[in-house]
Amino acid sequence: MLRELINANPIVHGKKERRRVQSTSTNFDEDIKDPEHPYSLEELNVVSEDLVEVDDKHNYVRVTFTPTVEHCSMATVIGLCLRVKLMRSLPSRYKIDIRLAPGSHSTEAAVNKQLNDKERVAAALENPNLAEMVDECLAPTFV
Amino acid sequence: MSKIDSMRGNLTLREIQKLEGHTDRVWSISWNPSGSMLASCSGDKTARIWQQQPSGSWNCMAILEDTHTRTIRSCSWSPCGKLLATASFDATTAIWQQVGGDFECVSTLEGHENEVKSIAWNPSGSLLATCSRDRSVWIWELQPGNEFECVAVLQGHTQDVKMVQWHPDLDVLVSVSYDNSIKVWAEDGDIDDWRCVLTLGEDSSGHSSTVWALSFNPDGDRMVTCSDDLTVKIWDTSSNPSQNAGGGNASWFHLSTLSGYHNRTVFSVDWSRDGVIASGAADDAICLFHEDDNAPSYRLILKKENAHDMDVNSVQWSPKEPRILASASDDGTIKLWQLSEIC
Repeated sequence: MLRELINANPIVHGKKERRRVQSTSTNFDEDIKDPEHPYSLEELNVVSEDLVEVDDKHNYVRVTFTPTVEHCSMATVIGLCLRVKLMRSLPSRYKIDIRLAPGSHSTEAAVNKQLNDKERVAAALENPNLAEMVDECLAPTFV
Repeated sequence: MSKIDSMRGNLTLREIQKLEGHTDRVWSISWNPSGSMLASCSGDKTARIWQQQPSGSWNCMAILEDTHTRTIRSCSWSPCGKLLATASFDATTAIWQQVGGDFECVSTLEGHENEVKSIAWNPSGSLLATCSRDRSVWIWELQPGNEFECVAVLQGHTQDVKMVQWHPDLDVLVSVSYDNSIKVWAEDGDIDDWRCVLTLGEDSSGHSSTVWALSFNPDGDRMVTCSDDLTVKIWDTSSNPSQNAGGGNASWFHLSTLSGYHNRTVFSVDWSRDGVIASGAADDAICLFHEDDNAPSYRLILKKENAHDMDVNSVQWSPKEPRILASASDDGTIKLWQLSEIC
């Protein structure tokens, strides 16, 4: 069944050369697929390397992402994908914060609060439909 | 004066035992009233009962499984110690009773629209409160034969309700929420119904983000709350807020804010019989606070960094041994700690 796209004509950007994060062999933010387009989050400029902060000494990672449009209803799903990817890729000692770029979304504070409430994240990932959606977006990252 | 005052500055939290067995994060723990058993519940959809052996060590004596189909978020023993309630993301609450060496599910409470987050028994054990992501708080009355009847559905929070707790003496219920507020509920004798008698929000010197937990001191004249805003707050609860009707001035009010001690979300607080407040947080640390001589000021008496390998989700003092603390973590373990003086 076709559904209406939230952003029908996204701007597609090129893929960049990547550095590797120290002490992990995983390029953890790459190639996550957009929930509604056949492009990666990087190609849509949703995530970029300079908005991933890693403090290896303090076991801390922060990813700031920018939805393609500021009323994007997929923002929580994208954030969830980023969190799940990091949870599965990084050693459990890491503390992870996921947030929207300031000014990038109409309900920025609400989305940030939800993405960083681990109880709601845990409950969301037990929802079969949502879990399937996240797995689909993450599938290319495990090729 | 508690004995803690004489131990100023020379305290240590010594790990007695690590309880392993859960295969996912441990969300919550609850001591039975005699302190002889500890219940724990987890994202692995089970609850476990741990019992102290004659040797002094704690073993898992029962695994409660195949009843909840999703995460068990919270567990709580009834005041008589005969029943254990478990609240689950599957939107149900189960009541368990010990039969021989086993625990049987004797009742299931259904009604919430989605995840049940917390459960609490009132002091007499006649009422059980549950709260949910559906923003409501339900009060259930225990009927003969382990039947539960819903006597009130409390609406008022505008978001996810994280925890409910009863006042230790009064039939006054407190709920805390993702909407940052603390609400106090009491039965209105005139209309024979439960209603919100007090809301402590940011404009009452309350929290500025999700309130995760609360605990009363044994006398019930103080309450502690903790939050995603990284603070722990102390409240004066010496008046009875149910007599607040008609604009009376009996109310609960803010006494103290403890900030700068945790640098990530504070998930759990518990007030011991000895007057020590324990807090557990997403920074993997446990902090202990005590009331100063010049009350109502509170100070940090100990910070245990790296108490667990991951977030500390729950801290609970033993009701029997006031210096024994249990903690539960995302690392899947439960730890038992002894608070003692450094010799």
